[in-house]
Amino acid sequence: MSEPTMTLEVLRYHPEQDQAPHFQTYEVVYREDWVVLDALCYIKDQMDGTLSYRWSCRMGVCGSCGMMINGVPKLSCATFLKDYYPAPVRVEPLANFPIERDLVIVLDDFMHKLTSVKPWIIREADKPLSEGEYSQTPAELARYKQFTMCINCMLCYAACPVYALDTHFLGPAAIALAQRYNLDSRDQGRQQRKGVIASHEAIWDCTYVGECTTVCPANVDPAGAIQQAKLASSLDWVKGVLMPWGGR
Amino acid sequence: MNPYHRRVAPTWWLSQRTYFLFIVRELTSVFIAAYLMLFLLLLYQLSVGREAYEAYLRFLATPGMLVFHVLALTAALFHTLTWFNLLPNIMVVRYGENRVPAIIVAGVNYAAWMAVSIFIVWIVFSR
Amino acid sequence: MTKSNEALWWLLFGAGGTVAAFLAPLQILLTGIVAPAGWVREAFEYNRVLALVSHPVTRLYLFVLISLPLFHWAHRFRFTLIDLGLKGGQRAVAIACYGGAIIGAILTAVVLLKL
Repeated sequence: MSEPTMTLEVLRYHPEQDQAPHFQTYEVVYREDWVVLDALCYIKDQMDGTLSYRWSCRMGVCGSCGMMINGVPKLSCATFLKDYYPAPVRVEPLANFPIERDLVIVLDDFMHKLTSVKPWIIREADKPLSEGEYSQTPAELARYKQFTMCINCMLCYAACPVYALDTHFLGPAAIALAQRYNLDSRDQGRQQRKGVIASHEAIWDCTYVGECTTVCPANVDPAGAIQQAKLASSLDWVKGVLMPWGGR
Repeated sequence: MNPYHRRVAPTWWLSQRTYFLFIVRELTSVFIAAYLMLFLLLLYQLSVGREAYEAYLRFLATPGMLVFHVLALTAALFHTLTWFNLLPNIMVVRYGENRVPAIIVAGVNYAAWMAVSIFIVWIVFSR
Repeated sequence: MTKSNEALWWLLFGAGGTVAAFLAPLQILLTGIVAPAGWVREAFEYNRVLALVSHPVTRLYLFVLISLPLFHWAHRFRFTLIDLGLKGGQRAVAIACYGGAIIGAILTAVVLLKL
């Protein structure tokens, strides 16, 4: 008895031998409960061991397996074959990033951008251990909790046309991360992040397309974070104009 | 390492419905600005005199102008809808741990829009 | 890092967008369709409209109605051109857009003062 099959068109690129990427077609076994990641692993195990791709947790929390599936940025571990069967599925590396090999992209730019927003609690002076822990009410937690959910999967960068046109754009995840800290009651680093956030290549480049929020698998709403940052920055600016002598 | 850089087509906004609707949303501002310039011209003709004002109204009644205004009205309505629907994400209203639902924040704006519109209609048409 | 004044243009964009959202649809309907079509001729009779528009509160309303959405257009259009692929001349485009809005606002004030 032969199992049903499904067509996967996967973008291949081996820099040591290829001038440009090209599609390769695979007929994989179709199982109703399989995700795209299962199909890729089937290819690598049974058909073509040369296929390279990132994955880890296979359950949507690690952010490793982001790819373009029929032109839409998705986690391959969260994309079910049955939603496309029997039509073929086109698998490509995440958009707007350079391709390193097959489905693996170069993510140095993203890592650099994350670090640039100083994603840690900044204090004027650290509380000594003897004074105990920092306290936070549920309301204070609620202010920034949504922005902590980011799994760094970069689907938002793949969806963002502004980043596509200009990779200098700081991007959704990095700005949402900055907001996560700026809104945290324990943090005192807003001024230090201002130079990076309130610059021409950060929040002001965003035109609220909103695709980043649409593709986000963790419900972070980075677009909302960016618009809130614009509002906060604008109020800062007004204060700076009306009271230029003000310290903070 | 020899990474491959994929080109972005200038027609990226035609590749997906959401991208296309985004560009349409942005271009509504062009229709609104164009309308306001035509409206300013109406106010100017008003300052010139009755003949000029009535002649301009006849110009606005030509098919081309009426078609433009129907398009501009559609554009303005699309702007209003998208503006009110996105507002709750920018101005987050909280009470304690909770967030006022987006539909209420947007709803308040829609209600205010209705109220303002009724008021203007009353001002223009009453007596 | 030099202090960015983008916030000013964004605030004007927001204010203009809000004014447009509330007022543009009805205004377009009234002066672009109802008045020219002659559906309520008495309401748009010359003397009546002149009297309504000459009132100082109406003049203020009209100034806000016209000039703020012009700044909304300027900011939005500038960035739409960039989103549509504009690379070089971005500074010139910005100056043309905001400059246009400023000129529009001045013209609006001139016309409203003339009434």
